[in-house]
Amino acid sequence: MTIGLGHFLTVAAILFTIGVLGIFINRKNVIVILMSVELILLAVNINLVAFSSHLNDVVGQVFALFVLTVAAAEAAIGLAILVTFYRNRGSIAVEDINMMRG
Amino acid sequence: MTAFFFYIFATITVASAVMVVASRNPVQSVLFLILAFVNAAGLFVLLHAEFLAMILVVVYVGAVAVLFLFVVMMLDVDFAELRQGFQQYLPVGGLIGLIFLVEILLVVSTWAVSPEALRVPIAANPPAEAVTNTEAIGRVLYTRYSYFFQAAGLILLVAMIGAIVLTLRERVGVRRQDIARQVARTPEEAVQLHKVPSRQGLGEVTR
Repeated sequence: MTIGLGHFLTVAAILFTIGVLGIFINRKNVIVILMSVELILLAVNINLVAFSSHLNDVVGQVFALFVLTVAAAEAAIGLAILVTFYRNRGSIAVEDINMMRG
Repeated sequence: MTAFFFYIFATITVASAVMVVASRNPVQSVLFLILAFVNAAGLFVLLHAEFLAMILVVVYVGAVAVLFLFVVMMLDVDFAELRQGFQQYLPVGGLIGLIFLVEILLVVSTWAVSPEALRVPIAANPPAEAVTNTEAIGRVLYTRYSYFFQAAGLILLVAMIGAIVLTLRERVGVRRQDIARQVARTPEEAVQLHKVPSRQGLGEVTR
């Protein structure tokens, strides 16, 4: 049995769903929410690379590289905000993050 | 052989992703995230994207996951308290996740690639014997997408500056070396001369 595009797309779909599910069920824990976002971006990358391989086109891999860059920047900024928030409030519970409510 | 390795990598990736979401301890979550990334890198190798696989290991496992680990260990948070409501959200979240998964799988199982898309690649992947994967990416990245490359560098610069600005704090009460003040000192303000009376010592004279 040969492994085709569909197999990789299925893995990416399952990974994406797990990431979305993680955001739903860990609503209080910002760190796990950030990790779920990383899982979602990983699923996107698997999709891009699978299509790049299937269409025999390097551009998909170049875009996966850009997605990786943005994901790394996002993780750094998110964790920095988290550390600052913890320093100010002594907690990282999502319910407490309502200071900017109008 | 490829099928064997695909199923190994895919199974471990999905299982560790489930553990990232469901694990009780955030440190274990981060470690399972690392496992998921390493196995996804294995999937990339199976797809002949060796450069991205190595980047995934270096950037994600080496930098991002370790950053997560630092933050999880640095923040002294009661994670058991944060987990309250897990069972409460599980049924609805599971239902939505299941519907979402079924929908995506329906799309994935009925896809068809247009023959035109197969015929004209934007930048054709050269044969692996002639050019390595890294060189093939570099040939496209530094020519056709050079502006995107610069923008990616700018994004990383802004992220770095932002993270530093957010987390840098000026501590009060910490002794620091101030070279300008040291140089500006004069003998008048630095040295006090006292006439010490004989047989009385410095007792009351100093202050």
